[in-house]
Amino acid sequence: MRQTFKDSEHLLRLAALFAAGILLFFITRAALMPAGFGELGHYRSGSLQDNRSHRLLFAGSAACAECHDDVVQTVSAGKHTSVHCEACHGPHQAHASDPTTVAAKRPDPLVLCATCHEKNVAKPRQFPQVDIQEHAAGASCTDCHQAHSPAME
Amino acid sequence: MPGVEGFMYPNEVELQWSILIVIYPFVTGLVAGAFILASLERVFNVEAVKPTYRLALLTALAFLLVAPLPLQLHLGHPERSLEMFLTPHTSSAMAMFGFVYLWYLMAVLVIEIWLDYRKDLVLVARASTGLKRLIYRALTLGSDNLSERSLALDARLGRIITIIGIPSAFLLHGYVGFIFGSVKANPWWSTPLMPIVFLFSAIVSGIAAVLLVYMIYSARQGDRLDMACLDTVARYLFYAFLVDFSLEMLDLIHRIYEADESFRSLDFMVHTRLYTSQVVLQIFVGTLVPIGLLWLTQIVRLSELARKTIYAVSAALTLVGIFAMRWNVVIGGQLFSKSFLGYTTYKMDFATREGLLPALIVMILPLLILWALVWLLPPTEPAGAKHGAEEARAA
Amino acid sequence: MTMNRRDFLEQGGKFILLTGAAALAWDHVLAGQPEQAPNYSMNDHWWAMFIDVEKCIGCGNCVRACKAENDVAPGPSYFRTWVERYHIPKKSPDHLEAEDHPMVDSPNGGYDGFPEKYGDGDGAKNFFVPKLCNHCAHSPCVQVCPVGATYVSPDGVVLVDKTYCLGCRYCVQACPYGCRFIDPRTHTVDKCNLCYHRITRGLTTACCEACPTGARMLGDLKNPKDPIHELLRDHTVQVLKPQMATGAKVYYNGLDGSVR
Repeated sequence: MRQTFKDSEHLLRLAALFAAGILLFFITRAALMPAGFGELGHYRSGSLQDNRSHRLLFAGSAACAECHDDVVQTVSAGKHTSVHCEACHGPHQAHASDPTTVAAKRPDPLVLCATCHEKNVAKPRQFPQVDIQEHAAGASCTDCHQAHSPAME
Repeated sequence: MPGVEGFMYPNEVELQWSILIVIYPFVTGLVAGAFILASLERVFNVEAVKPTYRLALLTALAFLLVAPLPLQLHLGHPERSLEMFLTPHTSSAMAMFGFVYLWYLMAVLVIEIWLDYRKDLVLVARASTGLKRLIYRALTLGSDNLSERSLALDARLGRIITIIGIPSAFLLHGYVGFIFGSVKANPWWSTPLMPIVFLFSAIVSGIAAVLLVYMIYSARQGDRLDMACLDTVARYLFYAFLVDFSLEMLDLIHRIYEADESFRSLDFMVHTRLYTSQVVLQIFVGTLVPIGLLWLTQIVRLSELARKTIYAVSAALTLVGIFAMRWNVVIGGQLFSKSFLGYTTYKMDFATREGLLPALIVMILPLLILWALVWLLPPTEPAGAKHGAEEARAA
Repeated sequence: MTMNRRDFLEQGGKFILLTGAAALAWDHVLAGQPEQAPNYSMNDHWWAMFIDVEKCIGCGNCVRACKAENDVAPGPSYFRTWVERYHIPKKSPDHLEAEDHPMVDSPNGGYDGFPEKYGDGDGAKNFFVPKLCNHCAHSPCVQVCPVGATYVSPDGVVLVDKTYCLGCRYCVQACPYGCRFIDPRTHTVDKCNLCYHRITRGLTTACCEACPTGARMLGDLKNPKDPIHELLRDHTVQVLKPQMATGAKVYYNGLDGSVR
């Protein structure tokens, strides 16, 4: 019996070394496991909050309506009813949070209107589109059209 | 867009996986193949290949130690790689592979090498002094027992480990194949044949590598090559190649016949961007030529010198061909758009983290490690061992 | 009514807590963030999107808005959302065996709009298709992530944990739609997260906010009053690559069979 032990001693040392390694692994794992991992699924639950805490650039048209309800009414009565305020005016969260300090932006019609209304064969046929150079003949779009209620009577 | 032909989804234009990810399956393939050759002797008692046994194991170890390196160089955050062991996602083949790798390295390869070498390590330790003695004593884990019983135990356990090792080697490289084969989004990769093709090409490359290593090692030692061994190894290379080639042809014929939505796009890619690496290097230079040469040695009686030359040339071409195969899978799978409407190009830099230079270093490193291993754990009986044995007998 | 000290403390404590919560909520309302008030429950929502291809005019507003709102890496290979233009030539009678594939382009993802490239009157079919992450319910990208750095949230959004991502790029390979990419600044994966910071506050996504024609519309499948239910019922709806069975939740009206 003693001889068996002596002869297999090297194997027992090997086994002990492996056991130590496995133990070290579990200790390391317990120490380094990130907080909240596995709570809701195979991910760190804190990541949900990380994804939520990005800053806003666009305020959303509901915010605009708080002060500019008259404009919102005009727009929803006209052809641009599906166009949200910031689709033309750009992101305005800063202005919405602090209207007195941060100014609103008025877009340049020549650039902006063309973005949507310049003729292109890939646009849906029934969508109002023109060759702007031909149509405007040098004039600015707002010379004839009112952006918030663009239809000409 | 520069380098783009047709249409690619905007995010697809830059390749995600570089030459480093080509090297990775190549290296793990050599490991699996070398080990399977070694196990031929141990488990199937193919006595003829015994001279390559230790060399095959050391080759496997050298390459397995280097295998994580290309991955670490590739990761966006290598410092987070421990996460794969802390929180492995069990549905991810990549995550589970981390454990397969660890199992294979520690529970199979290292133990098998240790058990086979223990006697020599003890003998060298006994015959050395100073630092050398310390190193070898550490390697023996402080054991000094060389009784017949203990050696018999080693042999028995070693055999069991080898038996476990064969499916483990299959798992090691089959898994790499599965990492690609299970990606339904990529029709170049997605096939159940992928793990099998990877495995057999691994066996082919491993045998070829050991064959070359054995020839070079013997030449360096000034030993006479055991031709019976060499002939047997070459014969196994030939058989493995036949199976590998058949599998790859099966995949190709199947694709051409079914001609699904991806076929036209992939076919065009193979005829243009992938022509040199696929048709010229992989199929012709890397498969048909070596198979032809090896077949020649099987049917015609050739002189020893002729056979040695053919074996060396075939093995070298094989390695080129199998590397090309990995390239064609990894890079080829990213050259075409998932819209099947376009192609991009792979721009490989030189001295960047994933460039050609680190790739070359990663390929050379295992050879340096192998050299060091051969020095530390000589495949043939060490001179010091003889001396130590005599001392033991005199005592 | 008699009240012992314990009851008093209990009632008082509750009063203070409730007022405190109300005060906190009011602060957020004043700050123009009505939904930051902690009343967003993930289990009450299952987010999706409805895209009407027949309304898309390829203006690129959505691409620009997304890049701005989400601080997306600048450059032509990094898009959380992009627009593709399809041009399907008429089948010519003397060339019926011709290549049966559409011609598609997406110059800088549609960020600068689409300069006219095709003439009129050639009988071809042309249209735009906006694309983004499909927030698949059975997401293959989530399946392959080795560490759990990407996941489906309880409210149905596929999100990325940038502090945990290794940058192995397996998920980029696994996505059939090409919506993931590696952010060259953080070396982690990035993709559309359905403006999670907005939708959890009762706002809509930046791309939907900026879309002038209502081609893009955020939907909440768990809300019985959400307009998406009617839209799904009344239109011929498809998802991209349905054969992949990813459980994609971006539903397209008017999606032509040629769309890849």
